[in-house]
Amino acid sequence: MPGLTHYLSVSAILFFLGLTGFLSRKNIFIMLLSIELMLNGINLSFVAFARHLNQMDGHVFVFFVIGVAAAEAAISLALVILLFKNRDTINVDDYNAMKG
Amino acid sequence: METTLYFIILAAVAVIGGLLTITRSHPLSATLSLVVTLIALAGLYALLSAEFLFVIQILVYAGAIMALMVFVIMLLNVRESSFPKETGFEVKVLLTFALSSPLLLTTLWAIHQHFGDSTFPALSANGFGSIKSVGLELYTQFFFPFEIVSILLLVALVGVVTLAKRRA
Repeated sequence: MPGLTHYLSVSAILFFLGLTGFLSRKNIFIMLLSIELMLNGINLSFVAFARHLNQMDGHVFVFFVIGVAAAEAAISLALVILLFKNRDTINVDDYNAMKG
Repeated sequence: METTLYFIILAAVAVIGGLLTITRSHPLSATLSLVVTLIALAGLYALLSAEFLFVIQILVYAGAIMALMVFVIMLLNVRESSFPKETGFEVKVLLTFALSSPLLLTTLWAIHQHFGDSTFPALSANGFGSIKSVGLELYTQFFFPFEIVSILLLVALVGVVTLAKRRA
């Protein structure tokens, strides 16, 4: 029977895959997808702990995280559309108006 | 016994989907790989008897949010030539993963040290993870944060409309 350890390991691996993708890619869409991957890694550990502690609070938190992720996805995609219209690129290295 | 088999299959699909997400060069294939990961995660939620989250994960996450992603990628219709020049990005991804792997290994070791081979306790009989019990939690203990989330969604909605109406 898989226990808490196994679920938490999968969650950690997913989080680190998302972190790797966010740090190493230049395509802005893939960076956004990496953020979603990290959020989902965290969600899995919330649900696993809820099952481990036999309390439902973790489920409510995952529900909130999904709501916040929806808002984040909508706003970031609107910003990406504006950026693409202005700069005609999806390479984050070309977004250098603030000399970052 | 079947639970172990299901867990191994779903975990493998989730991790492989995540790996494909960060190694595709076209955003559309990356998005579809992420959808595979999200559906595998929904299966893991079902194994953890979180039936409400199982449905929400498929309907809202894999359905709505990822459909929005696909919609925007297709709407922008970015030409293959204007993709970032990422020659040899696989090496870069691998290098970043190798550099962050000590942190990952420490995390995995800490998880193993702390929780060892603990098994899940027996479920309390009052419908753990069902839509009724999640709703009861949501409208009693977490009522205020729930209202804040609705305000956040309203703010996001207004913000997106304002951004979209602006003449670039």
